[in-house]
Amino acid sequence: MILRLTWRNLWRNRRRSFITMTSVTFAVLLAVLMQSFQKGVFDYLVNNVVGFYYGYLQVHRQGYWEEQVVDNSFTQQDSVYNTIKRLPGVKEVIPRLETFILAASGNNSKGCMLAGTDPEKENRLSGIAQKITSGSLPGKNEKAVLLAEGFAKRLKVNAGDTLILFGQGYHGSTAAGKFPIRGIVHFGSPQLNEGLVFLPLEQAMELLGAENQLTSYALVIDDPSRLSAIQASVRKITPENFEVMNWKELMPDIANHIKADGASFYIFTGILYLIIAFGIFGTILMMTAERRYEFGMLTAIGMKKSRLGLILFLESLFITLIGVLAGLLASLPPVIYFNRHPLVLKGEMARIYEQFGFEAIFPTAVDPGIFITQSIIVLVIAFITGLYPVWHISRLDPYNAMKR
Amino acid sequence: MKKTVIDAHNLTRIYDEKTIPVYALNGVHLHIEEGEFTAIKGPSGSGKTTLLNMIGGLDSPTGGWVEINGTNITGLKGGALIDFRLHNIGFVFQSYNLIPVLTAWENIEFILLLQKRPATERRKRVNELLAQVGLNDKARKRPAELSGGQQQRVAVARALAPKPQFILADEPTANLDSVSASNLLDIMDKLNKEENITFIFSTHDQRVIDRARRVITLEDGKIVADTAPASIVHETTGEK
Ligand SMILES: Nc1ncnc2c1ncn2[C@@H]1O[C@H](COP(=O)(O)OP(=O)(O)OP(=O)(O)O)[C@@H](O)[C@H]1O
Ligand SMILES: [Mg+2]
Repeated sequence: MILRLTWRNLWRNRRRSFITMTSVTFAVLLAVLMQSFQKGVFDYLVNNVVGFYYGYLQVHRQGYWEEQVVDNSFTQQDSVYNTIKRLPGVKEVIPRLETFILAASGNNSKGCMLAGTDPEKENRLSGIAQKITSGSLPGKNEKAVLLAEGFAKRLKVNAGDTLILFGQGYHGSTAAGKFPIRGIVHFGSPQLNEGLVFLPLEQAMELLGAENQLTSYALVIDDPSRLSAIQASVRKITPENFEVMNWKELMPDIANHIKADGASFYIFTGILYLIIAFGIFGTILMMTAERRYEFGMLTAIGMKKSRLGLILFLESLFITLIGVLAGLLASLPPVIYFNRHPLVLKGEMARIYEQFGFEAIFPTAVDPGIFITQSIIVLVIAFITGLYPVWHISRLDPYNAMKR
Repeated sequence: MKKTVIDAHNLTRIYDEKTIPVYALNGVHLHIEEGEFTAIKGPSGSGKTTLLNMIGGLDSPTGGWVEINGTNITGLKGGALIDFRLHNIGFVFQSYNLIPVLTAWENIEFILLLQKRPATERRKRVNELLAQVGLNDKARKRPAELSGGQQQRVAVARALAPKPQFILADEPTANLDSVSASNLLDIMDKLNKEENITFIFSTHDQRVIDRARRVITLEDGKIVADTAPASIVHETTGEK
């Protein structure tokens, strides 16, 4: 009987129920979309920067990150490499020798980040082979470079051209060499795309006069959500004079940006939900005022207040539940669509984003967690506002309620 | 001796006690026996509704007490009082008696559901009651699809459903045209005569008063007359 009454009451003031449902639907849709975009963009950002080059964790000699020069490198030790690689959660360890160096071709010269590394391993980390726009990946010990696309453009070079690298090597030595450009690769992160040059590790050691020296191990981990735990275990097994940094420590700018954006997102959704809460509460208030006489009549003829309260509570819960379900269903297609076909900004806006070091590409994240959290928040709101009529009924006395 | 269903003693109800006190009821004694068909009349504001609310357990008196079938309901609180009403008192109000989202049939069944009666009993009783008020053909109609008179008949059927001690009706015909009103009165009259159902109703309407077998007149919260109208006095003289 309770369910029958609840259900029929829902359809009693169709327009009002419908308006309440649609407002809940839109709120859920908006919140889910916003959070999916936010998470999608950040995942994309982190993935592009962290996943494509930096790695979630890096191990260096103590002090390297402060002063990033070859002199702060460490001597390659198989024992350290192997113990890190064997840690559970660590998928891949990439030894690198990196330095800032001048690259020149023809009359153009530009500073760049030279990464001496194993091209095959880099490919396993990020699948850069698929991002190659012209040419190919250099072989393991090949004397050839792979250039980031933006950098190649700035230097006005193409695959097949020759690049001159010139700078300071290990212990004050001079580093200079001529390298054919084997391929051009596109990076999602503008920062990387504008200034990264790959050279096979042994070639880099030779160029910089740094036999057997490394500046970092970049770590690929299998579960980013366990980052701090894995960081702690890596820390435990590496010698004292090494530093173990996670991507947030490596790139505090990005971490801060994500944090700040997250905060503004919470404020925005907070306001959105406040509006929804008042909307739901308003309809409930109207409904209880309108049906006051009926409630009085029902208690007069012998209906217990607890049962009546339950019906009203279920009514508002059902309305919201239907609204939430509709909102989730409605948000599914756009979330999935924008995950497959991210929004891409063009022109001025894109340039602004790129100046800040972000690619102007906005995909959504398809994360069940988002759908679940948003639904729970709205349902909690409905639960709380739904308690109002219950309270109202508990104080109702029939002769007053039925007075007109 | 006949069974006493209502025994009200020195009932007083004061509204706005702290500001300007209004004596809606002022020392009313009332004794109602099983099978009565009693009208309560009086000018507007004389306390008719207040009196019915007191004996129906919808409001509690400022002074005095009400006993129904031997139970002092003035001491009952909250859920116990609601339960008492459910099992002992049938209510018919002036209008909007029914739950708008339920059909006539379901409205009557509703009260039996509250009493947790088994389905077969409910079905039998509802059909029987609808027949008694002459609305078998309207079973599946919702209140909005029924006329005011039909709605009141459904309300009477619902009030009867739990076999209460008596039925209270506060101006049951006030919103009805005279044909519907007399129709409703016919049904109430018949139920009273044939099934010995006790009715107590308040009214302004002289035609309704004329059909009562006992008429109580209220003025300013006091009973100023308690008689049977002339036409009925003849019939009942010598019965006691
Ligand atoms: N809740 C209340 N608060 C204050 N005064 C009230 C309240 N209810 C009734 N009264 C007063 O009590 C008196 C009796 O009211 P009651 O409703 O019992 O009269 P009534 O005989 O039913 O009148 P009517 O024929 O208009 O229905 C009136 O003076 C009324 O103004
Ligand atoms: Mg009245």
